[in-house]
Amino acid sequence: MNNNREQVLANIRAALNRAGPLPDTIATTLQSRLARPRPNIQPAIGADPVAHFIDKLQSVSGKLTRVASIDKVAEVVGAHLQSYDLGDAIVVAPDPSLEGIPWSNRLSVERRAGQGSDRVTVTGAYAAVAETGSVVLLSSAESPTTLNFLPDDHLVVVRESQIVAHIDDVWARMRKDKRAMPRTVNFITGPSKTADVEQTIQEGAHGPRRLHVILVAD
Amino acid sequence: MKPTAIHFKKSAKVALVDPDLQRAMGFIRGGFVKNRQTVVDRLPEFDELRRSARGIKEHTLQNLDFYLQAFEKRVQANGGQVHWASTPEDAREIVVGICQRAGAKRVTKGKSMVGEEIAINEALETAGFEPIETDLGEYIIQLAGEPPSHIIAPAVHKTKSQITELFHEHHARYGYTDRQTEVPALVDEARKVLREKFLTAEVGITGANFLVAETGSTVIVTNEGNGDLTNTLPRVHIVTAGIEKVVPTREDVSTLLRVLARSATGQEMSVYTTFSTGARRKDDLDGPSEFHVVLLDNGRSQMLGNEFHEMLRCIRCGACMNHCPVYQGIGGHAYGWVYVGPMGSVLTPLMVGLDQAGDLPNACTLNGRCQEVCPMGIGLPDMLRQLRRRQYQSRKSSRTSRAALAAWSFLALRPRLYRRVMGAAVAGLSWLAWGRGRFRHMLLAGGWTSVRDLPAPQGASFQNQWRKRRESRQP
Repeated sequence: MNNNREQVLANIRAALNRAGPLPDTIATTLQSRLARPRPNIQPAIGADPVAHFIDKLQSVSGKLTRVASIDKVAEVVGAHLQSYDLGDAIVVAPDPSLEGIPWSNRLSVERRAGQGSDRVTVTGAYAAVAETGSVVLLSSAESPTTLNFLPDDHLVVVRESQIVAHIDDVWARMRKDKRAMPRTVNFITGPSKTADVEQTIQEGAHGPRRLHVILVAD
Repeated sequence: MKPTAIHFKKSAKVALVDPDLQRAMGFIRGGFVKNRQTVVDRLPEFDELRRSARGIKEHTLQNLDFYLQAFEKRVQANGGQVHWASTPEDAREIVVGICQRAGAKRVTKGKSMVGEEIAINEALETAGFEPIETDLGEYIIQLAGEPPSHIIAPAVHKTKSQITELFHEHHARYGYTDRQTEVPALVDEARKVLREKFLTAEVGITGANFLVAETGSTVIVTNEGNGDLTNTLPRVHIVTAGIEKVVPTREDVSTLLRVLARSATGQEMSVYTTFSTGARRKDDLDGPSEFHVVLLDNGRSQMLGNEFHEMLRCIRCGACMNHCPVYQGIGGHAYGWVYVGPMGSVLTPLMVGLDQAGDLPNACTLNGRCQEVCPMGIGLPDMLRQLRRRQYQSRKSSRTSRAALAAWSFLALRPRLYRRVMGAAVAGLSWLAWGRGRFRHMLLAGGWTSVRDLPAPQGASFQNQWRKRRESRQP
């Protein structure tokens, strides 16, 4: 395998008319490009990122409910379960920011990673992107990735202050928060879908059939 | 798969009269082409983004060794492993080896064109594993035992009723014995069958749309979520990617994402964009415990810096094929390998040999539409022309066409003779076609007249007309 590595690198250098690695001066310049990334061109999104986020999310069939405070989340989840006849079991991410939610006694609430038979999960998010209508989840003990993909319905609690304008702002925020890249960063933009049968769009291919963002004012 | 591009002409003829294929191909124009135009029109910054995206890729290619090594270092720092493969054989050996060490039986797969390029499914089957494609389109063609006919919509050539029959035939053993004829029911049945596979696979293999040097991340975009179930549930995650996929930073990926989905499906953003960085962390509750990246060269380093260099900018969006009249007419299978349409007509000869795919560079009208819609501004028509030149120089084109070109170049280098011969030929041809304006048959032009008429010249030659015009305008 090591031979392969040296062979590939040697071929690349030969094609670029170089005998060896880049001279130190150029390598240093490239290192600093890597160390201090800057955004390139960004599409204009208007003055109100929250409105833009809502608009984009709805345009990709994401559902959105706005609530005034975190304790109202329980009602929205309850209504969602009822309107799609989803039973009364939910799995909630073991996320401290979701701990204050007063779940109804009628609900069975588990806090764990996702399983194949889960129908409804509730998670937090790290950020949301106005430009694209995406929610962004970073994998961790508090946010297991399986909760984002296994259920039929995925409900995501997002605070308005988590909405950033552009994709690049997520990276800037992670650097500022000193968040290293986790195993997975998921940008989720609407429910799962496919157009592989005669280019007919069908939701609920392998991931959630419905994505419901509960936007909390703060 | 074994390349069959050598039979291009025969396969194209069959494709042109296949009613199911012709019906299925009709969906491309209404779908991808129209949707791309809509989202491009909606984004005033699109051309500027394209230029920026192209600049990022060029910068990376000029320093490719540096960025690949930087990527490798970050993957290792995050507990992952990088494997380098010069050839498809090397890549297959690496992937099969990882699966064997993992004690795997079942291997789920996200869509990966490099996976197709190295024919990993056959290798896994031979080694006793059960590889399962999980992208719905890839799954359909895996059941049908066919190669993809489009790089992002691999089963675009299949009609709904063909899929009904395929599922009926293959899903009965899982207890699904009813024939599903509607799209929602078909998708739902595949979801249930594949869910079981996701949950029981020991290894998951995905491709990569981008590799990020800054963080050692691999990036995939999907709409179905199959890629994420593939890279989250099994114990081992393997990523197969070409060496040209690396870009410097997450910001650079963000720029490329803005042109990728728009050019591919006409979406502003694919449903799932996922950055995978290393294996599961110590306190993670899920995710694979091994993370491997297999970097494939397979002729890519040979394209660097020569006349095919631009091809390494390709981000595999499929816009070139969606807009190609030849592809729209014959579909992907006639191209005889995993890459199809204009980008395939460049890549296939370079990767499997010009002598194995000699017709591909010639199956092009040079109308330039592919270059126009390419988000990376790749000069596909020029490269096809270069391949034709190589063919001519290495004496691989047919004797008739070589003789015709030699005769034409003899004349073209002698302007006076050229005018006289052309003038006579034009006059002669229009006299022969008198009253009909076209030819049904013509000596040496059977390749043209067997499927369509050859229009006869109308009036005098261009040069004659031009001269007359100039003379009449002289004061």
